[in-house]
Amino acid sequence: MLETTSRIRPLTARPRGSRAPGRRRTAKIRPAIGYAILCLIALLFLSPLIYMFATSFKPPAEIFSVPPKLFGSEFRWQNYHEALNYMPFLRFMGNGLLVSAAGTALTLVVSAFSGYAFSRQRWRGRNLVFMVFLATLMIPQEVLIVPMFVMMQKVGWVNTFQALIVPWAFTAFGAFLLRQFFLGVPQELDDAARVDGAGTLRTFLLVMLPLARPTMAVLAVFSFISYWNSFLWPLVVINDVNNLGTIPLGLQMFFGQQGNQWHLVMAASVISMAPTLLLLILLQKHLVKGIVTSGFGGR
Amino acid sequence: MTLLKPAKAPLPEGAATIPPGKAKTKGKAERDAQLGRRTMWGPAFALPHGLGLAIFTLLPIVVSLIISLFRWPLLGTPSFLGLGNYQRLFSDPIFGQVVVNTVLFVVLYVPLNLVVSLGLAAWLTPRIKGRHIFRVIFFIPSITPVVANVVVWRMLYQPGGFIDGTLQSTTGISAPNFLGDEHWAMMAIVVMSVWQGFGYNMLVFSAALDAVPENLTEAAAIDGANAWTIFWRIKLKLISPSIFFGTMMTLITSFQVFAQPFILTKGGPGSSTSTIVLYIYNQGFQFHQLGLASAAAWILFVIILGVTAVQFLGQKKWVHYDA
Repeated sequence: MLETTSRIRPLTARPRGSRAPGRRRTAKIRPAIGYAILCLIALLFLSPLIYMFATSFKPPAEIFSVPPKLFGSEFRWQNYHEALNYMPFLRFMGNGLLVSAAGTALTLVVSAFSGYAFSRQRWRGRNLVFMVFLATLMIPQEVLIVPMFVMMQKVGWVNTFQALIVPWAFTAFGAFLLRQFFLGVPQELDDAARVDGAGTLRTFLLVMLPLARPTMAVLAVFSFISYWNSFLWPLVVINDVNNLGTIPLGLQMFFGQQGNQWHLVMAASVISMAPTLLLLILLQKHLVKGIVTSGFGGR
Repeated sequence: MTLLKPAKAPLPEGAATIPPGKAKTKGKAERDAQLGRRTMWGPAFALPHGLGLAIFTLLPIVVSLIISLFRWPLLGTPSFLGLGNYQRLFSDPIFGQVVVNTVLFVVLYVPLNLVVSLGLAAWLTPRIKGRHIFRVIFFIPSITPVVANVVVWRMLYQPGGFIDGTLQSTTGISAPNFLGDEHWAMMAIVVMSVWQGFGYNMLVFSAALDAVPENLTEAAAIDGANAWTIFWRIKLKLISPSIFFGTMMTLITSFQVFAQPFILTKGGPGSSTSTIVLYIYNQGFQFHQLGLASAAAWILFVIILGVTAVQFLGQKKWVHYDA
């Protein structure tokens, strides 16, 4: 909003110099105050997470204090040790990694092919089928929980990893994202590959797919995160949390059993958030780009 | 570069003899022939994804409708009920309350989410130093596990917790028991959800605002419009497709609120914060009545479809696609 006033400043620069000096000062101070407020908002916004982090190192007796303190009398690493001893969070991470990686791989493969089919290939009924794909985005996962569970019962997948992986790998989001990308690739590239004698499959695998790597990365990040954070479906389909649980499931169970041991619960929360936070810091550009081009990645 | 890879592949005879320039002028007939050949590949490429969607999204919708017509225990044999489950839902005061709660959540959450995300997106212009860092900060809870977020807020809301402790030490008044008081519980869930959820919309709106052509806003500024007018009259109009899209996605997802009430309040006190999805989960997987749960899910589905349809019909009035 401030942008515009500064842009026209050159036009009015000369008369401004002769004006009252006070006005000039406010023009400088105002943005500074605004910036300070923005920083304060960001800090307030982060305070739950800061508090979580601080509490995870406090001795149990010092958690609820008035006024709240950032640090306890000692720095208790032991909380993490105890939390990890009480529940196999490292196994949950391993499970989450396995499920998320497998699900992401499946998503990438089917989406790359369908995204290409919906953009660079012409076939009868293409647009109609794509509309159906898009329409499925309106169907909330939560509505599908019960029938999906019954279907898993029928094929004997209840309490298995494949039940966590397979059903959610076919979101139309991937097709949509890759279609957008492929539509932007110049037709000359297809033609050139074709003139060089490459068939459809070869053109796709050797020319198009390598070009799509950045978009595939975006899709991979989103897919991975939505698998990793998924909660309701694992809650329904996994009974054996200790062996097959993922992070959200494990944390929920931990909270159910140790809900009043806040120092341990907060340590467990930090452990649960750490991998996604790391991912966010490392891949922020991909994430921002993904949201910007699609508007709904991972939701 | 990767582009050169196909050239390394052995060329079939004949291909090399066509000079590139000539291939272009030969053009149409040949391209048509190629497109003709593609008709087989297109459906083949789309097949795995399409099949997966059919099995894991379209089929469950139909199965859900079938299940909802049965008394369907978690284990054991189902028996046909007809519309019995729906009748039961419509006469069940708890289900009525659950629907009202969900609508209340949506009505409070969606506007708050949009105002906060739009406000911050407008604030974080490219001129703001460290804008990128702010964006990432506000996005953090959108990406950390919902369960972890909720657990942390459970502690903030606790009597004696962070909020209560801060209030006591600064003003001497203790905070209400947010999660135990039915006047506060829903608001507490809404606030937590906005904190967690506005990051997506903020990024979408922020990108849309960046795309507003500068010559338009500059022209308006020279004509004497102030920043406020420019924002409301020009920018907001130009980014209305993004706002429409964000509103729709936020609406759809907010009707599915589950983890927040599940962990913060278990739907209580009483059933003042129980939502439709929480009801579906409880009926289906706590009380083992999959038929009833399915019927509730279908009602949710119809509500969401209805709201989406209304949005689409209403968009003509305020969404401007021609920039």
